[in-house]
Amino acid sequence: MTALAALIRRDIKIALRVGGGALIGVLFFLTVTVLMPFAIGPDLPLLTRLGPAILWLGALLASLLTLDRLFTADHEDGSLDLIVMGRTPLELACAAKALAHWLAAGVPLIVATPVLGLLLNLDASATSAVALTLLVGTPALTFTGMIGAALAVTLHRGGLLLAVLVLPLSIPVLIFGVAASQAAITGPLPFGTPFSILCALSLVSLVVGPFAAAASLRHGLD
Amino acid sequence: MRLSGRQIDCIRGGRGVFSGLDFEASSGEVLAVVGPNGSGKTSLLRLIAGLLVPAGGSVALEGGDAELTLPEQAHYLGHRDALKPALSVHENLSFWRDFLGGKTGDVGQCLAAVGLGHATHLPAAFLSAGQRRRLSIARLMVVRRPVWLLDEPTSALDTAGQALFVGVMRDHLAGGGIVIAATHAPLGIETRELRMGSAT
Repeated sequence: MTALAALIRRDIKIALRVGGGALIGVLFFLTVTVLMPFAIGPDLPLLTRLGPAILWLGALLASLLTLDRLFTADHEDGSLDLIVMGRTPLELACAAKALAHWLAAGVPLIVATPVLGLLLNLDASATSAVALTLLVGTPALTFTGMIGAALAVTLHRGGLLLAVLVLPLSIPVLIFGVAASQAAITGPLPFGTPFSILCALSLVSLVVGPFAAAASLRHGLD
Repeated sequence: MRLSGRQIDCIRGGRGVFSGLDFEASSGEVLAVVGPNGSGKTSLLRLIAGLLVPAGGSVALEGGDAELTLPEQAHYLGHRDALKPALSVHENLSFWRDFLGGKTGDVGQCLAAVGLGHATHLPAAFLSAGQRRRLSIARLMVVRRPVWLLDEPTSALDTAGQALFVGVMRDHLAGGGIVIAATHAPLGIETRELRMGSAT
């Protein structure tokens, strides 16, 4: 337990310090969302309709932006070798790293959502619906993205490959995340139905992600 | 305690690095792996550390902790230091102490022992190559592991650092430890030699 806590603490510390990348994600999210009203124009009802989709896309791309360093950084400086050799099961170590990444890079996105909702003409209830779906959905993005990050470890310049590998996996999360937000804003679907599926997707990825990532790290060792 | 390998074959990138390799080391012994560049010294160490899978043969540790695998009882000191530039010297070492677990010592004492006592709060990014190596050696001291796998351990160390490292190794051997070191320069300690052939 101390080992996992130490790993989570270390990763969060690194992410929050200079060059760590946690704030880069939020800034990117902010930029994408701020640009949208300029591109779409001052059509307020249209912005309201597109708002949840824009916020979700922004969050998806922002989390992808920082994910490629999840294992690559540890691989390059040799830490990954020691983590693999350690007494902590690699699956748990992967889960701890993903959790730390979500806490450092995912949670700030959710915190920023209410502010960005204002720019997209979303009212309080709509914004909180989007924030709630992001809270439930972003762990799924991190834990499925982790599989791609683990596959990209042994490849130089794996960042682009990561996007190609991970984006198809995140389509279901995107569909149900946006559907749940839309249901809360406009109906006619009840909010609970897509939201439950989103929760299920997150839970599945919490289980599958660490095992798949650990397997691909072990396979990719050289 | 006895670490031995039998008939080990190693293939990397479709190319045979070495084959039919036997080696053996007992408690209190240093096995120096010597040979020209590309003869597979690093591959052998990584193979013992469980970071490479042998194409044939096996490595076994007798007399160790039966609950743990060989890699879990080994320290690996590679070319790369496993240090995070954003963290301070103290944070780097205390992370590895907490993560590696088992029987651990005091971070401050170990840092002082390797001559980094004055730099504990300096970010690791500012360390020189020799200081980074000293910090890695502190990792070997702070967490107790019976088997040490060292890849060019004395590279970048100054004369005082090399003498210090010999002392650290002697303490480890006196405690019944095993050292396997890939090296070009003499370690300054009596060793058993394992000569690797040239690359084929």
